[in-house]
Amino acid sequence: MNSQWETVIGLEIHAQLATQSKIFSGASTAYGAEPNTQACAVDLGLPGVLPVLNEEAVRMAVIFGMAIEAHIAPYSVFARKNYFYPDLPKGYQISQMELPIVGIGHLDIDVDGETKRIGITRAHLEEDAGKSLHANFHGLTGIDLNRAGTPLLEIVSEPEMSSAKEAVAYMRKMHELVRYLGICDGNMQEGSFRCDANVSVRPKGQKEFGTRAEIKNINSFKFVEKAINHEIERQIELIESGGKVVQETRLYDADKDETRSMRSKEEANDYRYFPDPDLLPVLIDEDFKAQIKARLPELPQAKKQRFKADYNLDDESATILTASRQLADYFETVVKESGSEARICANWITGDLLAALNKADLDISGSPVSHKRLAGLLKRISDDTISGKIGKQVFEELWQGTATADEIIDAKGLKQITDTGAIEAIIDKIIADNPGQVEQYRSGKDKVFGFFVGQVMKEMQGKANPGEVNKMLKAKLQ
Amino acid sequence: MYNKTIAELAQGLRSGEFSSVELTAAFLDRIKQHSGLNAYISVTEDLALQQAKAADARLANGDAELLTGIPIAQKDIFCTEGVKTTCGSLMLDNFIAPYNATVVEKFNHAGAVMLGKLNMDEFAMGSSNETSYYGAVKNPWNINTVPGGSSGGTAAAVAARLAVCATGTDTGGSIRQPAALCGITGLKPTYGRVSRYGMIAYASSLDQGGPMTRSAEDAAIMLQTMAGFDDKDSTSVDTQVPDYSAGLNNRLDGLKIGLPKEFFGEGLNSEVAATLETAIDEYRKLGAMVTEISMPTLKLAIPAYYVIAPAECSANLSRFDGVRFGYRCENPADLSDLYTRSRGEGFGKEVKRRILMGTYALSAGYYDAYYIKAQKIRRLISEDFKKALSEVDVIMGPVTPSTAFGIGEKIGNPIEMYLSDIYTIAINLAGVPAMSIPAGFAQGLPVGLQIIGNYFAEDRLLNIAHQYQQVTDWHQQAPTGF
Repeated sequence: MNSQWETVIGLEIHAQLATQSKIFSGASTAYGAEPNTQACAVDLGLPGVLPVLNEEAVRMAVIFGMAIEAHIAPYSVFARKNYFYPDLPKGYQISQMELPIVGIGHLDIDVDGETKRIGITRAHLEEDAGKSLHANFHGLTGIDLNRAGTPLLEIVSEPEMSSAKEAVAYMRKMHELVRYLGICDGNMQEGSFRCDANVSVRPKGQKEFGTRAEIKNINSFKFVEKAINHEIERQIELIESGGKVVQETRLYDADKDETRSMRSKEEANDYRYFPDPDLLPVLIDEDFKAQIKARLPELPQAKKQRFKADYNLDDESATILTASRQLADYFETVVKESGSEARICANWITGDLLAALNKADLDISGSPVSHKRLAGLLKRISDDTISGKIGKQVFEELWQGTATADEIIDAKGLKQITDTGAIEAIIDKIIADNPGQVEQYRSGKDKVFGFFVGQVMKEMQGKANPGEVNKMLKAKLQ
Repeated sequence: MYNKTIAELAQGLRSGEFSSVELTAAFLDRIKQHSGLNAYISVTEDLALQQAKAADARLANGDAELLTGIPIAQKDIFCTEGVKTTCGSLMLDNFIAPYNATVVEKFNHAGAVMLGKLNMDEFAMGSSNETSYYGAVKNPWNINTVPGGSSGGTAAAVAARLAVCATGTDTGGSIRQPAALCGITGLKPTYGRVSRYGMIAYASSLDQGGPMTRSAEDAAIMLQTMAGFDDKDSTSVDTQVPDYSAGLNNRLDGLKIGLPKEFFGEGLNSEVAATLETAIDEYRKLGAMVTEISMPTLKLAIPAYYVIAPAECSANLSRFDGVRFGYRCENPADLSDLYTRSRGEGFGKEVKRRILMGTYALSAGYYDAYYIKAQKIRRLISEDFKKALSEVDVIMGPVTPSTAFGIGEKIGNPIEMYLSDIYTIAINLAGVPAMSIPAGFAQGLPVGLQIIGNYFAEDRLLNIAHQYQQVTDWHQQAPTGF
């Protein structure tokens, strides 16, 4: 990219809150039902209906606010955002404008080994609209209002990101956080987590922001990066060829990998926000906050620090293991159930298990090897029933089938031999059979020692206790 | 039979003097006979007789309530399941509500019989009932005059004995003004006392449903059924509902009445003023103490109201877009055409005027000057009422500047029409309860006395109204021919 320019990016993320029912009605929020089967009178905007705020949505917004160390507004207000669209039943969206529930906070992101703090301007509650279906209705547009009224948390960042890479890191971190908090399922295909990006460029060193364009409705990490990079290039090319960026809303077309104009500032709606007279202001007192604080899960950053301190993990392992709450819980359960050294548990999980999961395109919640079965295996390694090497073989079996590690060890006769008599007999045999190598070792060629270990292990099908073998071999070869 | 009070009718139903089916049939006959008043938009004859039959069964079983079997009617702003609910507009001429308003649900539960749906100004916007898509309603006291509005159908029906009592709604005077012009008793409760769920919204922060009856005694019974917290309405208030009939007979000795001088100045018809003087004298005789008070912000009520109410209505009426229900224009060319023509054809002139005013007031660049300023005025008005009502028990004054005006007289002049609500609008902005009771006649037409009380003091208002009705008979007079 042209180094005379710098980029300024701000993101607005829409996270669908994982409530059972809608934000202002009792209808279900479950995804994928037959069109219009999950829209009640309130969602349809029938004459006479009134919204009633779902307290769970408020709770989730406060949880989020606490997680980003934001100011939680003791008094926040719902407002009507007025515009006409067929999938917006009331002709206005209930949102928050002047007094949002979550105020200024921040989120730390890691890019190229550096930590950068991104400011969060605000987060507010609002209802989602329905969907317009343009396919196959005899030339008409179909409206599905199942999604209408689904609670959203709109999280607005400061314009503090300076590359697509940072924007992606921010979006990923936010995605991780909302799932951690259990307030959003993070399903991007279903639109549960999506973002709008505000992008502008300016000559390096200039203080004022350039004119920005807003790219709407990006629903994957890959697209966010591509869309922003594309938009940066477009703006730079435009300015360098003597043109001017106009303030507008653009849509990213993933198929063509380009953004195109939706509407300019002049065409922008005047939403005529005003406080919704059907809803009372949301009052949040210290008691309510204290209750939520008590329920607040340990946050990723804190968990990572604790894993490093309590389990003596390196930074990389701790980062990987705390990337999701489920994985972190899995790790801690395995440590507890196996009674094994935490570092060994971490190695198995970040190594063999995650590799297998990645290969199978599964996440931890879909792992064929439960924490119980993995703990069963690690227990047998740490009590020397089997060696680490045999452990890999047992892990394969755990992944393929349903047997426990003990059942596999028994059935396959994999138990480690610690009987010194049996090991001694084999060692004696190997020494007798290989006088040349014995001579070499005794004349100072230490490397030959490995040959003897290999031979013994081979003879004993890998089941000999390696420590015992080493000790006895050393004594015999003296 | 049709001149009896609710209590008398309930007694007749229990003594076997008449059945609910007979009572209902008699009212249905009267409605047909006087259809020229145009008070009803829909008469639900089959449903009414069915409900009457069920009421008779309940009466026979001995599990009847006071309203069981009593024929009432609903303003056509309340959604009634399976019954056309028009709000007086072509926009909803084809709308069969799929659910009941909470108020309707409560009357059904009490076993009341619904005779039909009453005419009203379109979307409750009007003071004469002339903006209704279904045509003007005639005032039974003089069929060339208006019954008032927006609950004009209700007022005319109750005055003409075409229902024992009926519901109204009041955003800026829509219960009290027609009650005054038709010589009946109307109560606008405290904002939040009666659920708004299923009551088609005009201006959400001001709308309030209430009873329209011939007497305060009947109003107490009706309000008992209508009032109460509703978890479907976030603005309904969760405070205890008192027994509204219990204190009706309390004496008024020592009652402190305040008369705002701003209510009795220029603009008030002198005959109306004289009639009110006589009514207030009656209260003096009942032991009340009358003092003049001043409420300087009252004069700001109309401009503040005509910013706030249209602003809210401009959003409330956006859902009528021709997409999901209600009127849709023929063969729309595209989406914009669908919106423009459905709304352009479906709404009447006054509704469009208020949507435009409200849209303007909320627009970028005007919001602070209009909407925010109006909200500030609203707070000042509330403070004025709180202060006044800490010094006196109730405030009394006129309901309307004059008696019923002629059909067609003011419809061409919106400002003059808006000024007919000059004494009622401030009450909605403050949210306090107020009543209109018949207080005599001027030029042969009824005059209403307004009684304004403190928040949730409906029981006190009913008591004060009832005591007056014990010593006067204005409320018992019927228009000639009815």
